[in-house]
Amino acid sequence: MTQGLQGPRPEERPHPDGRRNAQGERIDPVAEAAQETRQATVSALVEHEPGVLSLVSGLFSRRQFNIESLTVGPTTVDGHARITLVVEETDAGIDQIKKQLAKLKPSIAVGELGTDAVRAELVLLKVQGHEPDKVHAITQMYEGQTLDAGPRTITVQITGDQRKIDDAVDAFRQFGIIEIARTGQTALARGDTPTTPGESPAASAESTAPANSTPNSDQ
Amino acid sequence: MSERATSSYQEPTEEQPPEQSKQKPVTNGAQSVVRALENAGVTHLFGVQGGAIMPVYDALYDSEMTHVMMAHEQSAAHAADAYGIVSGKPGVCLATSGPGATNLVTGIADASMDSDPMIALTGQVPSDMVGSDAFQETDTTGVTAPITKANYFASDTDTVGDVVGEAFAMAATGRQGPTLVDLPKDVTNAPTDREPGPARTPSTYNPRTDPDDEAVETAATALANAEKPVILAGGGVIKANATAELREFAIAHEIPVVTTMPAVGAFPEDHELSMEMAGMHGTGYANMAITHCDVMLAVGTRFDDRLTGGVDTFAPEAEIIHIDIDPAEISKNVYADYPVIGDAGTALSRLHEAIPGEPDADEWREQCQTWKTEYPMDYGTPDDEPLKPQFVVEAMDAATDADTIVTTGVGQHQMWAVQYWTYTEPRTWVSSHGLGTMGYGLPAAIGARLAAREDQAVVSFEGDGSFLMTLQELSVAVRDNMDITVCVLNNKYIGMVRQWQDAFFEGRHSASDYGWCPEFDKLAEAFGAKGFRVDEYDEVADTIEAALDYDGPSVIDFHIDPGANVYPMVASGGANGLFALSEDQL
Repeated sequence: MTQGLQGPRPEERPHPDGRRNAQGERIDPVAEAAQETRQATVSALVEHEPGVLSLVSGLFSRRQFNIESLTVGPTTVDGHARITLVVEETDAGIDQIKKQLAKLKPSIAVGELGTDAVRAELVLLKVQGHEPDKVHAITQMYEGQTLDAGPRTITVQITGDQRKIDDAVDAFRQFGIIEIARTGQTALARGDTPTTPGESPAASAESTAPANSTPNSDQ
Repeated sequence: MSERATSSYQEPTEEQPPEQSKQKPVTNGAQSVVRALENAGVTHLFGVQGGAIMPVYDALYDSEMTHVMMAHEQSAAHAADAYGIVSGKPGVCLATSGPGATNLVTGIADASMDSDPMIALTGQVPSDMVGSDAFQETDTTGVTAPITKANYFASDTDTVGDVVGEAFAMAATGRQGPTLVDLPKDVTNAPTDREPGPARTPSTYNPRTDPDDEAVETAATALANAEKPVILAGGGVIKANATAELREFAIAHEIPVVTTMPAVGAFPEDHELSMEMAGMHGTGYANMAITHCDVMLAVGTRFDDRLTGGVDTFAPEAEIIHIDIDPAEISKNVYADYPVIGDAGTALSRLHEAIPGEPDADEWREQCQTWKTEYPMDYGTPDDEPLKPQFVVEAMDAATDADTIVTTGVGQHQMWAVQYWTYTEPRTWVSSHGLGTMGYGLPAAIGARLAAREDQAVVSFEGDGSFLMTLQELSVAVRDNMDITVCVLNNKYIGMVRQWQDAFFEGRHSASDYGWCPEFDKLAEAFGAKGFRVDEYDEVADTIEAALDYDGPSVIDFHIDPGANVYPMVASGGANGLFALSEDQL
């Protein structure tokens, strides 16, 4: 008996019929299907201190989350910053992302934005300058601004939601796009809804901090 | 924060200022660091000296805290880790910058995977040289960010002690884990008269300890309606000092208890309701119980893959109640039907009060007992075969008290030590679970020794391969005359790899066969420890007795059956219920 133990062999044992899917949810074996991904915009209010962005991006790379865009900037409160993330994941993955973000020490509050949220992105486009009139017309069509116009290149700025930006980029292709810089999406909840839980929507600097003292949204 | 979550760690408050009457006023940053540790109640530190950490060591010169100078920084981290497991309060390790700090990394990662409370202090090159690739410089906070609960670059002499205090509080609070403070040499050297304030967590960190009423009630109803209930106790039960609540709950409602590996000792393994450990090398009956249960009450576990096997076949028909203090653990690996976020002890007590009736589970309990007889943990001991490692573990268990602390390295010996020793008390099983760090056992025994009561025995099981990785720490055990008994289960193989090669690589023993090992008994003697060698069954009992009687570190080199394997075994990613009892079943 060097090599093993006594007992019924695996095939002689009773086995349950049930299964779970990759997310660990119990499933009907007939209706088994992989969960589809969706795009989510997650907003995190964080302490504005060195290394925060590296912590956040490290979190994403380490856990192999698919990140579409990430923007960061200060809020009206000194020492606070808002990070806006656009991710493409399953519901379970999005849930994990929010919880893992909330766990980070500098994280004050985390929320996911609804479909009605106000979103915007900025893009700078540098195109060939052979047809300045036409470039100007397209820029106006997309409510953009011309930032630089020279004999060989024209650089314009367009802001708007992702779809508008995508359309604008398509429209500018006819002139020959030389370079593009996109910021990625940034967003706020519409109306009175706080962008992250507990965050007051009022305009005064003091009240952008969460109203209560339980900052981590899920804790 | 509930008392239970950190009952062994008393967080200082404003109302109870730390005793400073005997302490000289702080005059520099390093002294502030040391004062913060003293204020937090630290009594032991494990570390290795070096250039950038010298100011802190200089300040330690005047402290009453006991510093244990280890032979290698990795061992300092493991010792601090084990100290944290046994004592329940953060273990402290120190290292210098660069190689000192990077040598800590394995130990920090180990503590992180097991949520062990630990704080690492690392020296750093002076602030104005940071980023210049100076001598012995490493981006320590960058390197350790993914393996710490929180880490800090201390840039201000006036607040360096507060930062250390916060790191200590973070390590101890909520879901415990390792923290790190990187200490530039100019910051620790610079003058300051500022005394550090009490250790407190940052305002952004407020783990919820009291579970939501509705969550508790729905979970209690689900449990009461179960016909095949099982409790899966995870390491969080021990971390939260909730073993009393677990025992009370399980016994009151007569629910069989399965543990994960970090939770070994949370429930007495000699109790009828104990199914012992589940997972890859768990008992057959534990794996049958989790496979066939209809409601699983999982407490403080992260559903590691060594426990679950393939997620698709894990407790496939069970509704899962998951109690955890970390919301991010809920539905991370296995979907939780009934999440309960809070402290394990509080949640179990509340569940106990809320449960509307007893689960009707007589048949199920009988089935669980039947599985115990169907799949017994047993091994043959014919005299004509080489010494069985399981026999050695059982003999050691029989020769020691119930509260003996067992530490292990990682490999086959670790599994025999968990399978064939009967654990009845929490904080007596100290091992590297998540990271699986070979070489963990001896430095862990050193940390455990200092955290344990003096009359509590400390036994370390090591494999020959694992022991070879950190055996230089024998010098520490001898220097400080630590009463530790090291049992090397020596098969001259990296045994677990050899077992897998036999099972999955057609027996091609690529780089797993040592062929030759040092004579560990003589090596022990060279270090100044007591050495023994055992080849035969009839030498086992007497040698164990002699080693335990020896007042100081001893090493028993058990030459075991080189072909002995660890069973049961769930193949990686396989179904728990399909555990193999021998190689031909894999």
